[in-house]
Amino acid sequence: MSETYYERRDLEDFAYIGEYAPEAGAKFFDYYGVATSAGVLTEREKALIALAVATVRHCPYCIDAYTHKCLSLGVANDEMMEAVHVGAAMVAGDTLAHATQIRKIIKKKEM
Amino acid sequence: MNADPQALATESFIDRLKACGFYPLRAETVEILQLNITRRCNLNCKHCHVQAGPSRTERMSREVLKLCIRAAAHPAVSTIDITGGAPELHPDIAWLVQSLAGLGKRLIVRSNLVVLLEPAQRPLMEVFAANRVELVGSLPDCRPERSERQRGAGTFPRSIEAIRELNRIGYGRSDGSLKLDLVHNPAGAFLPGSQAALESEYRRILQQRYGVSFNQLFSLVNCPIGRYWHYLTASGNLEDYLRMLRCAFNARTVEKLMCRRTLSVGCDGRLYDCDFNQAADLTVNSGAPNHIQDFEFGRLADREIVVRNHCFACTAGAGSSCQGSLA
Repeated sequence: MSETYYERRDLEDFAYIGEYAPEAGAKFFDYYGVATSAGVLTEREKALIALAVATVRHCPYCIDAYTHKCLSLGVANDEMMEAVHVGAAMVAGDTLAHATQIRKIIKKKEM
Repeated sequence: MNADPQALATESFIDRLKACGFYPLRAETVEILQLNITRRCNLNCKHCHVQAGPSRTERMSREVLKLCIRAAAHPAVSTIDITGGAPELHPDIAWLVQSLAGLGKRLIVRSNLVVLLEPAQRPLMEVFAANRVELVGSLPDCRPERSERQRGAGTFPRSIEAIRELNRIGYGRSDGSLKLDLVHNPAGAFLPGSQAALESEYRRILQQRYGVSFNQLFSLVNCPIGRYWHYLTASGNLEDYLRMLRCAFNARTVEKLMCRRTLSVGCDGRLYDCDFNQAADLTVNSGAPNHIQDFEFGRLADREIVVRNHCFACTAGAGSSCQGSLA
């Protein structure tokens, strides 16, 4: 059997992540619950944000969890892909925005 | 905290009930009498736990229907819930509705909506309205693609047309005088999200895009039996789905489980703890009467419920029942 660091079943252990640090764990889950449940933004809007962040962050657990959550909330496939494109555009944009540093140095250093 | 996620993902429903002190699970009353009057249906939905369809012929005889009406008259029974198949395809449906309406109780008919547009069934809309029947209509998704993936091509616009007709005669309006509730169940191997969030999305889409309205949305977890079991098996999702249900077990749903207040009657008059046990051919089995001809409230009201692993579908997440979420 091949062994990898990332196993799909690892996600089932997430709920017990506070076992060796119960106070911090409980506080994290309280915060996580508040941050991801409906507030001024709806639950589905937050799920789409989380899906885009999960994909940008390349987290397989979060991609699994939030694709399921989006499906569960009736989010359409094209809505999910649009959200991921926002994430992808942000990554491209923030890469290119850093090119201004290159340009700044070039302009200062070149004769 | 020393939970073992591996054990939680594999243990049986009975073990789980024992662990939280609910085994044996007992009924607390018979408040809802659910009648499955026919397995015949005009649709062949991929998730259907009773595997209803156009080729099914089972239906309740007039004799069994009369026994059901007699049982429904018991003072503890407050709700009669008629389901199928498509109950509208039973030739005695109008007579049954009129007879039950005379009892003055809450009367529900579960409809796939599409069937109401059939020429022979269209007049039933007025019969339901005249008898103050609450309609619970299946609409797995508020968008056509996912809904039709489950129910078949062309079903979505016809469902919308049926809702529009029902709205026109007074169903589903905000005054709630004639209730039209809709049922969501996932079109795939995943669990439904929060009922409130889904209801808000359904309301927005159905109103904005189609100009139709409904009262409440009931969000149901698909039960891994019948045709849905076959779908899970064929798509390679069975193991994951069963594991997902187990991992989502929520002890807070157990006291509210539908089977604790419901008695389900099959086409042949046999009694079951719920429609899922009926589909799985698990009759009431605790020494209590198991046929409607022997209906005896005292012996059925606190019977021991027959539980199996498919019961995890009703305890997952916010829980699931014919009236939607539990927790």
